[in-house]
Amino acid sequence: MSAERMNLPRFAAVLLAGALFGFGLALSTMVRPEVVLGFLRFQDFGLMLVMGGAVAVTVLAYGLLPRLLGRPLLGERFHHHASAWNRDTAVGAALFGVGWGLCGVCPGPAIAGLGLGNWSLLWALGGIALGALVQGLRAR
Amino acid sequence: MNLTLSLFPLGWQHYLLGGLFIGAGVALLFVLTGLVGGMSTVFSSTWSFVVRRPFFQQARFTDSRGWRLVYAVGLVLGALVWWLGFAGGAAQTTSVPVWQLLVGGFLVGYGARLGNGCTSGHGICGLGSLQWPSLLAVLTFMATAFLTANLVARWLA
Repeated sequence: MSAERMNLPRFAAVLLAGALFGFGLALSTMVRPEVVLGFLRFQDFGLMLVMGGAVAVTVLAYGLLPRLLGRPLLGERFHHHASAWNRDTAVGAALFGVGWGLCGVCPGPAIAGLGLGNWSLLWALGGIALGALVQGLRAR
Repeated sequence: MNLTLSLFPLGWQHYLLGGLFIGAGVALLFVLTGLVGGMSTVFSSTWSFVVRRPFFQQARFTDSRGWRLVYAVGLVLGALVWWLGFAGGAAQTTSVPVWQLLVGGFLVGYGARLGNGCTSGHGICGLGSLQWPSLLAVLTFMATAFLTANLVARWLA
């Protein structure tokens, strides 16, 4: 994927992008499982604004940038991840939702939670890492 | 006003602003490096450092494990900046029981990797690139999450 070599500018770019993402997760309180579970129980619809805001910016970026620029400023090409609808996607998404509804933590907040000193989230982080390991071991 | 308060009892501005920051992170990653920044793959790609099985040694994991780990470190740093700079650094806790975090986390990790995406991979990057399989994935996990969260609230309250 990123066969392009990691150099200092790219390293700084990825780190800064991740930091914006993590700042947004913390600011929007998505790092608090209670807030996510409150959305899933129809008590607070804030998560729709978080998703809506993030998707709106991303639609613009993914739609416009490849047309405006021939290539990324520090890279060789704009990547595209095609998603597919098949049995694995359906079963995986369904299981993901059951887990998300149980703990209120998804992969981004599980990682970002480390920056807030919320050590309880380490249980979720460990669970996610273990789940990803078992998925890989079971895969053909 | 009342409608706003009943939909968003804790206010709405920080949600929208936070979402815009998240989108800005994904957009900045794209404009600078061309990479698509979902989050859940890092949980598979990082295992490729220690697990030798062919599944984990696929190029899509070994080629991306470096930047994905840096991206994850950035996530932690960004949250740290908010915590120390804007939240006074007060200790954060959660009242969700440990078993729910652990079991729920396991299903989140297993499901996200089986389904090739999570709330950011399918939700932000997939919807952001207008892909209908990602929309179906989002609708699917939203449905099972609504169901689970409400059943858990009813049974375990």
